Amino acid sequence: MLARHLNNIFDITSLKQEPTRDGFGHGLVDSGKSDERIIALCADLSESTRTEWFQKEFPSRYIEVGVAEQNLATIASGMANYGKIPFIMSYAVFSPGRNNEQIRTTICINKVPVKIIGCHSGVSVGPDGATHQALEDIGLMRMLPNMIVVVPCDSVEAYKATTAIAHDDVMPSYLRLGRASTPVLTTEKTHFEIGKAQLFYEVEKSEVTIIACGAMVYHALCAAKKLEGEIAVNVMNLATIKPLDTESILKEAEKSGAIVTVEEHQIAGGMGSAVAEFLAQTYTVPIEFIGVHDRFGQSGTPEELYKEYGLDATSIIQAVRKVVRRK
Amino acid sequence: MSHLSDEQIKALELKANDIRISIIDMLEDAGSGHTAGPLDMADIFTAFYFHILNHDPKNPEWVDRDRLILSNGHIVPVRYATMAHAGYFPIEELKTLRKFSSRLQGHPERVALPSLETTSGPLGSGIGQAAGIAYSARMDNRKFHIYVLCSDGELDAGNSWESIMFAGKNKLTNLTAIIDRNNIQINGMTENVMPLEPLADKWRAFNWHVIEIDGHNIQTIVNAVEEAKAVAEKPTVIIAHTIAGKGIKEIEYDYHWHGIPPSSEQEKAWMKELRTLGNKIEASHYN
Repeated sequence: MLARHLNNIFDITSLKQEPTRDGFGHGLVDSGKSDERIIALCADLSESTRTEWFQKEFPSRYIEVGVAEQNLATIASGMANYGKIPFIMSYAVFSPGRNNEQIRTTICINKVPVKIIGCHSGVSVGPDGATHQALEDIGLMRMLPNMIVVVPCDSVEAYKATTAIAHDDVMPSYLRLGRASTPVLTTEKTHFEIGKAQLFYEVEKSEVTIIACGAMVYHALCAAKKLEGEIAVNVMNLATIKPLDTESILKEAEKSGAIVTVEEHQIAGGMGSAVAEFLAQTYTVPIEFIGVHDRFGQSGTPEELYKEYGLDATSIIQAVRKVVRRK
Repeated sequence: MSHLSDEQIKALELKANDIRISIIDMLEDAGSGHTAGPLDMADIFTAFYFHILNHDPKNPEWVDRDRLILSNGHIVPVRYATMAHAGYFPIEELKTLRKFSSRLQGHPERVALPSLETTSGPLGSGIGQAAGIAYSARMDNRKFHIYVLCSDGELDAGNSWESIMFAGKNKLTNLTAIIDRNNIQINGMTENVMPLEPLADKWRAFNWHVIEIDGHNIQTIVNAVEEAKAVAEKPTVIIAHTIAGKGIKEIEYDYHWHGIPPSSEQEKAWMKELRTLGNKIEASHYN
């Protein structure tokens, strides 16, 4: 059964499609209205990161740093150190990719509340190809002490995540966003809280729980629906990867006895790794990992790439069947 | 320009000498760390903490304090020693440098000791942080000044030039950079490792006002900062020509002393040399 306060996601004709970056863009503007300390800094990508919406509303609180992501991080570190709440926007391959050391030293060790917004993550970036498809950023960010890592499943959740991290004037955060329009699963009423996972699909006597994040949550829900009558599957939206909601994950492992993780990221070091690291130490169950297996992306449409890299509902269904056999 | 009296100059020169003694003492105790840079920046740190900075050691988080950002974190022993002498924490604490659970980490950490302002060590990131503070302070009409101390070697780093370009574009007049131009870095002389000259022209091309000084002359350091604060429409860089390892003849100008501490024998001999130097400072101001 679909959880309460979700859209009717199995009716593809009524399903609204919107990129998570749009939800972020609106969230940043609204956060800026309620808190003057919020500053937007961008590295020459203000349209595609939706930073220009904030720029139009608050021109004096928008700072252009040019194609200089290391400086993007260090300027923001100084501003946060002073008492501002800076958001830094770029593509995830550049930030937190290119400026990883500056994030580590001047933001995380420094412990200042810089909000890192990594747009254009995953293979669904599409035609731009491998250089622009970040597949390592969850790993890079979740390894850093003091960092909060959030991967919203749709634009509405991205809005909520943005306003939530904007409220925190102590800790740094990483928000991972996508380029492509993806189904809007959640509504204003859907509960969202940093550090809390949500069951989006719940059946009686579940045999497998799929834990997904980002746009993959929709694929996971489609897989669970198609498996109805064959395998009883729960689907969890694990929007916050750090801090990990260990309580909810443990409950699912105990209840279902098998886990499939699904993310648009390298298998190594991503969300699935975080789940497996925890369960290996607490409650061992068979786990299958859906993600990119040690390859770079390439040009194509999101749908072509989801299929090629085994990130579509069909691949998830196969993984669920496999994990059941391993029980 | 405010002219310091001979008495003031003498007091500051003697303070710098005491700070050099503390540096040698703490580095030998630590058994690791950097010697050349801290020694050559002792005069500049003394001028800042004992004359230039608008600060309060008893209230280090005072919101309108001047900000002193250290970009090349590896020379932090000179900052620790100067801060201890200025009353931020007891001088005895200098013995804990680089030791387990110390606030005086091998490279400076803001969380361990907030009056350090920032965390640094990885090079090239200090100018950007200082520029971020300067930009924010200007937004809020705060009148304090932001100083960032950098090494010459770290100007190899691209992040430095990204930040220099940013500060020039935004005309951050409340920002002053001071370069420790000692001409050495780990692998040798800066002009061999990666030539920086014409250094002043490079900064000018990035829309900065440039002042070149003798980094061991207290009056000149004070004058340069006053000039920097008076410049309108541009940030200022003070290229301070210094002698690596200043004060210890045996190691002056020698890049091998970038990243090693003195042995206990050297410590004894160098403390003696610095005490003699202190007497010479006293004598030179006798009239």
